[in-house]
Amino acid sequence: MSMMSYELKYRVRGGTLAGGDTFDFWVGPFYVGLFGVTGAISSLLGTLLIIYGASIGPTWALFKITINPPPISYGLGFAPLREGGLWQWITLCALVAFVSWALREAEICRKLGMDLHIPIGFGAAIAAYFTLVVVRPVLLGAWGYGFPYGIMSHLDWVSNTGYQYLHFHYNPAHMIAVTCFFTTTFLLAMHAGEVLSIAHPQKGQPVRYEEQESIYFRDTIVYSIGSLGIHRLGYFLALNAGIWSAICIVISGPFWSRGWPYWFDWFLSIPIWGPSGFH
Amino acid sequence: MARFHTLFTSIEVAAPFEVPWPPPMSPPGGRVLREPRHSVWLGRLGETQVGPTHLGILAILSIVCGFIAFEIIGLNMWASVDWNLLRFIKMLPFLALEPPSAKQGLSILPPLHDGGWWLLAGFFLTTSILLWWARMYSRAVALGMGTHVAWAFASAIWLYLVLGFFRPILVGSWSEAVPFGIVPHLNWTATFSVRYGNLFYNPFHMLSIVFLYGSTMLFTMHAGTILSTARYGSERETREIVDPGSASERGSLFWRWTMGFNANFDSIHKWAYWFALLTTLTGGIGILMTGTVVDNWYLWGVEHGIAPDYAPLQPIPSAPPPGALDVKGPHLGGATASGDTVQ
Repeated sequence: MSMMSYELKYRVRGGTLAGGDTFDFWVGPFYVGLFGVTGAISSLLGTLLIIYGASIGPTWALFKITINPPPISYGLGFAPLREGGLWQWITLCALVAFVSWALREAEICRKLGMDLHIPIGFGAAIAAYFTLVVVRPVLLGAWGYGFPYGIMSHLDWVSNTGYQYLHFHYNPAHMIAVTCFFTTTFLLAMHAGEVLSIAHPQKGQPVRYEEQESIYFRDTIVYSIGSLGIHRLGYFLALNAGIWSAICIVISGPFWSRGWPYWFDWFLSIPIWGPSGFH
Repeated sequence: MARFHTLFTSIEVAAPFEVPWPPPMSPPGGRVLREPRHSVWLGRLGETQVGPTHLGILAILSIVCGFIAFEIIGLNMWASVDWNLLRFIKMLPFLALEPPSAKQGLSILPPLHDGGWWLLAGFFLTTSILLWWARMYSRAVALGMGTHVAWAFASAIWLYLVLGFFRPILVGSWSEAVPFGIVPHLNWTATFSVRYGNLFYNPFHMLSIVFLYGSTMLFTMHAGTILSTARYGSERETREIVDPGSASERGSLFWRWTMGFNANFDSIHKWAYWFALLTTLTGGIGILMTGTVVDNWYLWGVEHGIAPDYAPLQPIPSAPPPGALDVKGPHLGGATASGDTVQ
């Protein structure tokens, strides 16, 4: 069995959210659970549908394969398989698979006496996906506003959707999301570099643990947030990257249909700039 | 009731300050703010202690150079609105210090009003950043640590230098570089992508985005693991590396049971380190290739079989239309004599 030396004592029954003991077992290193079963079925079905969609499509070139959503004319109704119906079923499979994965993570957390930060963090990513392929299309009134599943085709969708609003960098929620992505990556580099530099010190030097981390960052940038704080901050920023990404796309169309540069008109026309404002 | 919170600190302990041991002084300098202080608000999220900090010759020079660059940029922006303070505040997000115009090429001393200030600001900002890098490096050495943080910083500096220094030199003009300014640098980014045929088709841009999103995902996974096992002392990561305990075992088993594979407290930081570093490393390569090796990334994608086939909407007009430059030929304004479709 593929078990770690310390693993056996952690393999206890219980902690499931649904299904009782029925699927409370492991296959190799994998925990199964009811949500492992639903997740396996939905991801297998979704993958097969993608392969089927590719097989009836024009190409097997990996970067060109695309499963497109239905034309706008189908509105929020069901479409025939070959005209976006596949996209609808694949979307459903993906959502079931993602949610199953998160719930299975929650069960594993309960088994291991851990809090639920990881499935909640994954939930933020699922929420962003759900916003893209369900919330925004429903608000706009057609599944056709979802993005196509394909390597280049989804990039083209991002490009085209962005330019429909002239210049997406002016979208204030997009600004926040990008800032969160960059800051998260920046902090990850600092944190990971810091831990590695403590665990792998200069030749002949001892490992000096967290106290040295704090001294390094106090010496260089005045303040060290500390070993617990950096994970709080990183978790907060990483989740906000996903959450603001969802916000920036859901407001584009349903709540703002002009070019994003025009959004800043309110800033340029607040009364304090005028003759009755500051002098 | 007192409770343990993973997302913030509810009860702050007023403990004695951590006092750094006196390290060998390299670079020359010493510790300032020798009397550290407690910050209750910072303590809600992280450590309460602020300072002491190290101030050496590298830090002082870096801050001075950074200040000069900041002043050059700010005063140029202010001058661009005729020193009108209200307009300066109003237009600040949109004001720019632009690089030299194309006709200046790679001139080192263009007129101040035509990019000269931009070059000076760039020089001082770059000097400031490089001095700060030396400070990050030498403090790590002085404290006997590895120099990983400095090399991660170097990866970001690589992208910065490609954008403002290496690529302009390769294409022979400072005008290709990024302007200083909040909205202007966003405009530059969008224009750059459109001008070179959509950067989404640039494979190094793809990699850079993958590593950016991957870093964010990894930080969620890693920070989530640490926070959810914080009650077992997981945040003392280097101790868990040297002597793995229950926190390490639970964190490892979580991922093993979830996805059949797990890192450990040491290797997760190697994954994270490389994902974050490769974001700017690959991004810099992608920018450096744009306009030098590849002029149009969409056409590059077509050539290499990754761009989808789009049905042509209209016959593409030739530019300039036949006859347009022919002084003797008929100039019909709109229609062309040779029968090419001009839409």
